[in-house]
Amino acid sequence: MDLRLTPSEEQFRDELRAWLQQNVPPPWRGGVAAEEENQGYIQYLRDWQRQVYEGGWAGISWPKEYGGRGASLIEQAIYQEEMARAQAPPLLNLIGLSIIGPTIISHGTEEQKKRYLVKILSGEEIWCQGFSEPNAGSDVAALETRAVRDGDYFLVNGQKIWTSYAHIADWSFLLVRTDPNVPKHKGLTALLVDMKSPGITVRPLKQMTGEAGFNEIFFSNVRVPVANVFGQINEGWRMAIAILMNERANVGTGIYIAIKRELDALIARARQTLRLSCPASQDPVVRQKLAQAYMELEIFRLNTNRALSRMSKEGHPGPEGSILKLCYSEQQQRMQQTAMEALGAYAQLRDFDAGRWGYGYLRSRGATIAAGTSEILRNILAERVLGLPKSY
Amino acid sequence: MDFDLSKAQKLLQESARTFLMRECPAERVRELMETETAYDEQLWRAMAEQGWTGLIIPEEYGGLGLGLVELAVVAEEMGRACLPSPFISTVWATALIDSAGSEGQKAQYLEKISAGEMKATVALLESTADWNVQAVQLSAQREGKEYRLSGRKEFVTDAQIADLIICVARSGSELVLLPIQRDAQGMTITATPGIDATRKLYAVDFDGVRVPVAEALQLHPQTEEAFEQATRVATATLCAEMLGGMQWTLETTVEYAKTRQQFGRPIGTYQAVQHQCADMLLMTESARSAVYYAAWTVSEETKEARQAVSIAKAYCSDAAREVGNRGIQLHGGIGFTWEHNLHLYYKRAKGSEIMFGDANYHREQLARLVVDESEG
Repeated sequence: MDLRLTPSEEQFRDELRAWLQQNVPPPWRGGVAAEEENQGYIQYLRDWQRQVYEGGWAGISWPKEYGGRGASLIEQAIYQEEMARAQAPPLLNLIGLSIIGPTIISHGTEEQKKRYLVKILSGEEIWCQGFSEPNAGSDVAALETRAVRDGDYFLVNGQKIWTSYAHIADWSFLLVRTDPNVPKHKGLTALLVDMKSPGITVRPLKQMTGEAGFNEIFFSNVRVPVANVFGQINEGWRMAIAILMNERANVGTGIYIAIKRELDALIARARQTLRLSCPASQDPVVRQKLAQAYMELEIFRLNTNRALSRMSKEGHPGPEGSILKLCYSEQQQRMQQTAMEALGAYAQLRDFDAGRWGYGYLRSRGATIAAGTSEILRNILAERVLGLPKSY
Repeated sequence: MDFDLSKAQKLLQESARTFLMRECPAERVRELMETETAYDEQLWRAMAEQGWTGLIIPEEYGGLGLGLVELAVVAEEMGRACLPSPFISTVWATALIDSAGSEGQKAQYLEKISAGEMKATVALLESTADWNVQAVQLSAQREGKEYRLSGRKEFVTDAQIADLIICVARSGSELVLLPIQRDAQGMTITATPGIDATRKLYAVDFDGVRVPVAEALQLHPQTEEAFEQATRVATATLCAEMLGGMQWTLETTVEYAKTRQQFGRPIGTYQAVQHQCADMLLMTESARSAVYYAAWTVSEETKEARQAVSIAKAYCSDAAREVGNRGIQLHGGIGFTWEHNLHLYYKRAKGSEIMFGDANYHREQLARLVVDESEG
């Protein structure tokens, strides 16, 4: 065990730090709840993503030939920490960067790699992930969206739901049923679908936060070229597992960046906010909770680094990635609750810090549902890591 | 950066596990905890032969000169075995002598400790039971070339069998660290039995005990920092031991959930049981990250060390207890019996939770570092 950075890792960190110092834009000051505000925010994030790519700082551990930096997973971890330290904005194309991209790298064809990866990094093409359906949530293999072969095309009909970013996405990684006559896991296929295809209707779903971050997608006789099959026909479940493992292992996502920004802001706020005529940060109960939040985030960072060390030896994320997702989603909720307590009555106001505390508090409820509910993740840990018998 | 045990560290782990399974199975733990001191001289000698008593002691004083990660590896195995021994106490004293002692004092004490000929402990707490060294009041009255110690120390681990007790005292406003031999005149040791019978606690009374000024470990203003560095070493080691206990409880509980049948199926089939096992795994693995990070930062004396140790101790204190809670609950009736070994680990976890400050104490320490100041 040696947690020191190697000279090349140090050089990487120093270069990145210098670049960030020059390039991080001022924080977004507007809100996000209203449609107009939200669009402004998305443009702000698009610009940042582009800037990161052009600076050569997107896709740290991705191969160079596909626009990445060809660095190690360890450098990927350093990247996360430096982005957080510099208070950089989150990366917009999160699903493309952290989930779809790595899956294309590990399971895609050469053609697919060439076609899609660079545009994921530059933010030119935003991705969404079409798995969940009204009747297939946690039991995603029960999905009903059909794809029927018609010459060189598949004809897709059905509905997806809870799809984040679909309203701004250019592409979708879609899971469909191609064979209804075999057991549910065996008749699925993964398709890469152009979201501008005729027959696709995206209907934003208003979340409890008031914004429309996720959507319903309706497919009506959408023609998808057979060449856009990802993996093999009827082997979609294997691709879905690869996707989900990447999603939960959370390598290269901005989760740590996002939570750290929030916590830093909370601690700074708690120093200024009065509680019983004293700064909230001096209240013994608040201090306990702030320290707890800090500790939990630090442990998430360490868990991530340990997982990366393991992955850089084994080459792929394992089911332990579920630990990371459980960790950050639940601690995020506790931290947001701490913010509401520490900042007291003001935290609920739309005009206090542009409503970020109330928004963050509500938004965090989604964290333990998306990308596998906490219940599903605990099932996976119990069965696939601890070896307990299957419960369903 | 490599956040994984090296080959040599994994070998050490294996050999420690094999050694402890052979030398200190659960039956032996039970025998020892029923004795007055929970101490086995032969076992201690065998541990010394493994090099454990001198694991972090520099080679020039007869030790192995290894780092805290290796120490944590061994301590984790001790926790897994619920080993009763004055190991943590001796590590604390060792680290204190190492960070505050003169060359002569190091030679005098560390060689004996390495060889397994000396066990030691530190007497810090007083009636306030405050782990903060600034709270120390016990008076060391300077009289010419001697200090005269008067007062009472509490919660001193392994005092009865320690050959050396390092007493933390105050001479005027100055902190002094005074090594006292077990046969010192005027020192009385009284057992104060607690929940954990595998690690004995004592009150130590000093009634005019005389210690030559020259024997004090250090007499310059950095005494406090030296003391804190040594306590970080011992705290990280204790956290590793707690981790080992959590790992044992997790494995034992998962095994039970796989075999125990109810309603015609193993109880581990039921999600209500599975989810508690998953939480135990999450807590144990998170503790592992925190413990080894803390051990590494203390070993390397990086600027994150203080923070890392408080995080490890705060996390392990809550998690070790909670893993124990879940373990007992999932075992049902048998888990509540004297017969099952779970309670040995559960009680050790509670004792360890309190030792060196509990989660609340360390969260406050952390708050002083990250809430009060802006992070460097």
